[in-house]
Amino acid sequence: MLMTEARTHRAEALGTVEATPLPVLLQVKGVTLQYKTPQHLVTATYRVDFDVHEADRFVILGPSGCGKSTLLKAVGGFMNPVEGSIRIRGREISAPGPNRMMVFQEFEQLMPWKTVLQNVLFPMKVSGRFKGADARERALSALAKVNLSKFADVYPHMLSGGMKMRVAIARAMAMEPDILLMDEPFAALDALTRRKMQEELLGLWDQLHFTVMFVTHSIEEAILVGSRILVLSPHPGRVRAELNSTGFGHGSVDHPDFGRLSKRIHDFLFEDELAVEARS
Amino acid sequence: MATHAVSGLRPEYERQLTDASDVGEVQRPLSMSERLWGSTPFRRFVMLIVLAVVWECYARFLSNPLLFPTFSETLATFWRDLVDGPLISRTFTSLQVLVLGYGAGLALAAVFTTLAVSSRIGTDLLSTLTAMFNPLPAIALLPLALIWFGLGIPSLVFVIIHSVLWAVSLNTHSGFRSVPETLRMSGRNYGLSGVRYVVLILIPAAFPAILAGLKIGWAFAWRTLIAAELVFGVSSRSGGLGWYIFEARAELLTAQVFAGLLTVILIGLFVESVIFRAIEARTVQRWGMQR
Repeated sequence: MLMTEARTHRAEALGTVEATPLPVLLQVKGVTLQYKTPQHLVTATYRVDFDVHEADRFVILGPSGCGKSTLLKAVGGFMNPVEGSIRIRGREISAPGPNRMMVFQEFEQLMPWKTVLQNVLFPMKVSGRFKGADARERALSALAKVNLSKFADVYPHMLSGGMKMRVAIARAMAMEPDILLMDEPFAALDALTRRKMQEELLGLWDQLHFTVMFVTHSIEEAILVGSRILVLSPHPGRVRAELNSTGFGHGSVDHPDFGRLSKRIHDFLFEDELAVEARS
Repeated sequence: MATHAVSGLRPEYERQLTDASDVGEVQRPLSMSERLWGSTPFRRFVMLIVLAVVWECYARFLSNPLLFPTFSETLATFWRDLVDGPLISRTFTSLQVLVLGYGAGLALAAVFTTLAVSSRIGTDLLSTLTAMFNPLPAIALLPLALIWFGLGIPSLVFVIIHSVLWAVSLNTHSGFRSVPETLRMSGRNYGLSGVRYVVLILIPAAFPAILAGLKIGWAFAWRTLIAAELVFGVSSRSGGLGWYIFEARAELLTAQVFAGLLTVILIGLFVESVIFRAIEARTVQRWGMQR
């Protein structure tokens, strides 16, 4: 509750300086993404533009089939756009790199042959970003931030789903990436754990003000987690709207503003169906 | 509201928790006998003793040492040949050839798997070769090996390689293929590629399958080796265990045949349940990749 208030105040404070927003970190310009399945060439997104500013909690929201995960993968460098450009700090993205740490939905993202601590240390060591005692210290402090200090020497298979997700988040955060890319990270968790993880993520953001890109198909999650929401339309994914959603927390779910924003997004997502209903 | 309900709403209630202290200890340590019977090595040991007793009783009942020597006689022969007989040197010869063949088989399997992982043609090559040669018993290649390499170690190594190669490459390749996409993407996310990617991500992630392949390969190799030695160990100067058995049969020393078989079994058991078990306990079981 306190955190939510703090965030609301900050949002207000940020609101007063909205004329000079934080610098742009990631620029997506006219990006068309295509991938091949054995039978088809699928166009996932079509000429998508958006900017992610520093310290944004940038949510990509859309129904399944709008290419939101594909878009995140492209920012991760796992696929190149057939048209348009993706730039981070002005540099074109062409390959995966440790300056864009990904957190996936699946629990398999942790290396089962490494302990929790080794998992957090692994990317730091192989990418050469942090070394030796420094890396260890950072890993331990990242684990402390997600309340997993006690489990540092445990193997992932002994952890619950929520704890595995915390390790994945700690592992990504410890790298201090330019941007954190989260692909429906809480979708595989039960509702109570998901709510707790959302609160924790917001708590971490309150401390560190990292930039995060977050893919979800839940309107509620988008409003809660995000500070800026990009709404995509399906088949192929095109930008429908970009909205502000600062100042909402679990405490404000029953606030009328929350309901209004939710309704607005809902109408964007389902306008086709609404039109069909209106015609018939 | 609930107009469908026939009998209306049922009353709500709240309760004080009942006192659970009557249960006594919620967790009770198991007794000594319960724990002993729960331990697999102990149960297996008991099983072995029972089998030995059955063997001994039946052999005494039969009382025909030429056909079926007693367990105690077999043990005595085994001990005699072990302490001051040829058993140790025979075993050593066999193991040397085995290590040579197994090692070469693994190296070739690594080459084939690398080819299969890195290109589609390589995958096709491996699949085709495996489909062709995996069902072919290694021993059936022995005549060919004798024509090509003559009597001696090269022929043995050839058939062992054949028995190891396909099983190990098949398992390793399917292990690599079943590495979850998320784990692959995580690895590439950290900037890993090439050999580092294979060594740090693919091999550990596929380790359960690789280990299974190693175990199958080992069992095939050991069987093939003993069988091959039985066929032409006769003319080899420093024969292995197979020859030891063959020699004993020629001289109708049945207890010695049994001692030879016992050695083959013991070595098999040792590798399987000590070496491989230790590797499993330290790796896949500890990592929760296998129960």
